[in-house]
Amino acid sequence: MVLDYTSSFHYVLALLPELVLSAWGMGVLLVGVSREQEGGGGQELGWLALAGLAIAAVANGWLYSGVTEEGATAMIAVDRFRLFANWVFIIGAALSIVISLPYVARQRLQAGEYYSLILFAAVGMMFMASARDLMVIFLGLELMSIGVYALAGFNRRDRRSAEAGLKYFLLGAFASAFLLFGIALIYGAAGSSNIHAIAVAVQDGTIATALMGPGVALLAIGFAFKVSAVPFHMWTPDVYEGAPTPVTAFMAASVKTAAFVAFLRVFLVGLDGLYAQWWSILWWIAAITMVAGNVVALVQSSVKRMLAYSSIAHGGYLLVALVAANDTAAAGLLFYLLVYTVMTVGVFGVVIAVGNQTEENSRIEDYAGFGWRQPVLGVLMTVFLLSLAGFPGTAGFIAKYHLLLGAAQSSLWVLSVILVLTTVVSYWYYLRVAWYMWMKEAPETAGAGGRITTPFATRVVLVVSVAVILLAGVFPGAALDLAAGSIDGLRDLVAGSGVAAGP
Amino acid sequence: MTNLLTSLLYEDWVLHALIWLPAAGLTHVLVSSADRARHIAFAWSALVFVLSLGLWWSFSPGDGGFALESSTPWIESWGVSYALGIDGISIFMVLLTTFTSAIAILGSFEYIKTRRKAFYALMLLLQMGVVGVFLATDIFLFYVFFELTLVPMYFIVGIWGGERRIYAAVKFFLYTAVGSLLMLVAILYIYFSSGVDSFAYEAFLNAELTLREQIWLFAAFALAFGIKVPVFPLHTWLPDAHVEAPTPGSVVLAAVLLKMGTYGFMRFLLPFFPGAVQHPTVVMVMLILGVAGIVYAAWVAAVQPDAKKLVAYTSVAHMGFVVIGIFALTLNGLQGGMVVMISHGISTGALFLLLGMMYERRHTRLIEDFGGIGRAAPLFATAFVITALASIGLPGTSGFVGEFLALLGTFETHPVTAIVAATGVVFAAYYMLPMVQRVLFNKLDKPENRTFPDLSRREMVILGPLVALMIWIGVHPAPFLERMEPSVQVVLERVEGARPVPGTAGTPARED
Repeated sequence: MVLDYTSSFHYVLALLPELVLSAWGMGVLLVGVSREQEGGGGQELGWLALAGLAIAAVANGWLYSGVTEEGATAMIAVDRFRLFANWVFIIGAALSIVISLPYVARQRLQAGEYYSLILFAAVGMMFMASARDLMVIFLGLELMSIGVYALAGFNRRDRRSAEAGLKYFLLGAFASAFLLFGIALIYGAAGSSNIHAIAVAVQDGTIATALMGPGVALLAIGFAFKVSAVPFHMWTPDVYEGAPTPVTAFMAASVKTAAFVAFLRVFLVGLDGLYAQWWSILWWIAAITMVAGNVVALVQSSVKRMLAYSSIAHGGYLLVALVAANDTAAAGLLFYLLVYTVMTVGVFGVVIAVGNQTEENSRIEDYAGFGWRQPVLGVLMTVFLLSLAGFPGTAGFIAKYHLLLGAAQSSLWVLSVILVLTTVVSYWYYLRVAWYMWMKEAPETAGAGGRITTPFATRVVLVVSVAVILLAGVFPGAALDLAAGSIDGLRDLVAGSGVAAGP
Repeated sequence: MTNLLTSLLYEDWVLHALIWLPAAGLTHVLVSSADRARHIAFAWSALVFVLSLGLWWSFSPGDGGFALESSTPWIESWGVSYALGIDGISIFMVLLTTFTSAIAILGSFEYIKTRRKAFYALMLLLQMGVVGVFLATDIFLFYVFFELTLVPMYFIVGIWGGERRIYAAVKFFLYTAVGSLLMLVAILYIYFSSGVDSFAYEAFLNAELTLREQIWLFAAFALAFGIKVPVFPLHTWLPDAHVEAPTPGSVVLAAVLLKMGTYGFMRFLLPFFPGAVQHPTVVMVMLILGVAGIVYAAWVAAVQPDAKKLVAYTSVAHMGFVVIGIFALTLNGLQGGMVVMISHGISTGALFLLLGMMYERRHTRLIEDFGGIGRAAPLFATAFVITALASIGLPGTSGFVGEFLALLGTFETHPVTAIVAATGVVFAAYYMLPMVQRVLFNKLDKPENRTFPDLSRREMVILGPLVALMIWIGVHPAPFLERMEPSVQVVLERVEGARPVPGTAGTPARED
């Protein structure tokens, strides 16, 4: 089916997954209010939210299965790049909800608001992925961010959660301002906020260079905040540590994915013609992010904080794909984000289990002997960690290799060497968790705080995640083809066509 | 024998079986009970060993290329295949692996008392990884197996090791990872810069590289393999890992894991970068490092109070002989290096087993705590003496054949190096014999040594084949040499025949 936007119904179709989730999020909110319970329970609301994600997934699948659009300049892209990213958001949100189920119940959080905020944030992410216009990116970013600000500070009874929420909000607002200012300047320079129009303008040389440079720089800073690239990462450790752990997982996985997807579309499509101007800035940011993220992670004693720095480091690896700026790297970025989402939410799922659905037991010492007490969770954690470290046999390796492949194709040898050497650094802190789990004896007092119980649903999801990671590590062919196919045509410009303002 | 094997279609499935049967055994161990785990693990590794033995007959040296080749596309979009093959170099490494893995598992029956299921599962995983390294003829596949061996070894050292096990395990892991990840970048460089379109071994052989590129890539590969060997001065992880590892871990580490490095030299380093390998400076650096390892390790070994640490340093010295043998770039040198690899695997493996038996009996490894064991345990002493002599390289043992050939080969091209290296043989006697004397022959003056039990029947089963092999190779090395010669010749011809492609290094450019 071809969407030509002759009937307004086509607009609905183009936005079907987003509309489904928005409506469903409101539904969850209403159901939650009508139940009028102050925290506790609320598991069924979580399942309801999951059902919404499932329907959105079906809608997304329908679009993926062959719906195309007339022209490629509308504000909302109906391309596989967006739809692949949507899969990643849906998976990230769904996994986050599953690991939230017992946590929300145990922490007596308001389930209705909690789950609907996750859905709304996911809608924002989807808009960021689909945006072919800088304003839509901004709107999506705000929709996502406001949801996540609230989620970060969601546990009102926890001081650290409130602190995280406020910190994230203030710095996030700052980043939004940068982004918006950048958009304004680029609009001034190129005469349009449409990414394709900008690309064509850059190609034709009809841009005001004096405005374009600062605009691109501000835009890059705004994105760098959102992907927590060094030196714009300062908020990340505190927010990740303070936020409720399932929210941290959601932030680390999906928020980062959304920011990267938009980052890629803006820079590799819209600003591709200016590659010679921006690549060295991103080169340095990528290098510093990989080095600083990995080195600082070495000295963290809190697992949650360590994972925060690890997520900064992963942001650095992903930036390498942007610097490489070729189709291999773009496909690698998509594949990496998919794998990264699964393994990040998985690893936080185990962290929640170790913390027994609270914010306790998050120091590395608390993991001593954990593997032998809970062999299944221990093995799962080990696989997640090895995958995060990018070890062969896991999907993390294939993903990291894919990024390297992209970097090598653009002859970024120094950056590749930095990537692999910082990977060795990361082995140390990932292995440290493994050695506490398996090689240290638990102190006598361990387990005094109650036995660790993990709900059946969480266990199933974690086991499936690990199975997927191992399977994609050994037989990555299909997933790689999917990612490569999602890049097709993304960077083709509709040359010379009068770029419409779009719907 | 050959007919029997042919009738079983042996050649079609054996290489796959050698890799995947340990995986099946691993699963079996995990679902079994902890008490039966060791027997199950041994049964599987013994089965794999018996199956691998058929290679001895079914493999004919031929023209030195790969035999029993098979290739299935694995990750098609990247040109990666699941490709296996075996030649006169890898066959010995594979046999050494299947043999020592079975022996090491048998030797761990009494040593490993806790968490046995996990231990035997990891041992089988390790075996699978190492066999995969030696059989892979696809660079990507090789890399995956090469890295895969790190994880089980990390846990074996870290969980069942001694006091400083975590330090040793992490050091081992990080050292090796640095090298292999840089090698990964080098592999990608070859893949992109020289117009190869797959990761097949043959394709990489045809890569067109300038001399300058070859030297850089040589450095990256040599670092990865040199850490694994380990070449002086990259060896510092080895004594720690050996001393802290449980006996079976030490055995596998010494017998096969180190060989992955020297195997990499022969299989990849020499044929891929013949221009760099012929470069006089490169050769000189490698020879000097080899000799430095031989002499330095011998001196350090001589003053070790801990018998296990002493043996660990002898590994560095022995691998030095392999390095000079390889970089002498002569047939004798390469063959000598191969024989030292095999001999070192057997004799050092046996030494670690013997030390493990001593430790099981007395819970100490300090040389000064023993003395006069020979009188209390004559069979043990006999095995110990033969093994020690084979390790030194006494004529009539495997060590002699290897070191003699390696030195001979080196002498043909680099006489001074050979002469300095030959002193290493003297030093070997200097560190090994006093240890043997102080452990076995001095006065039986410590009461707890009077009751030192002699070899049990299981221990005789373990040591018997090892001792027999040391003597067999020492007396009649011809069956080994003739099997490896064509393949070694191929490597050598490749090095001598190739000239680096003229031209400049390509200007890096972004591609879309």
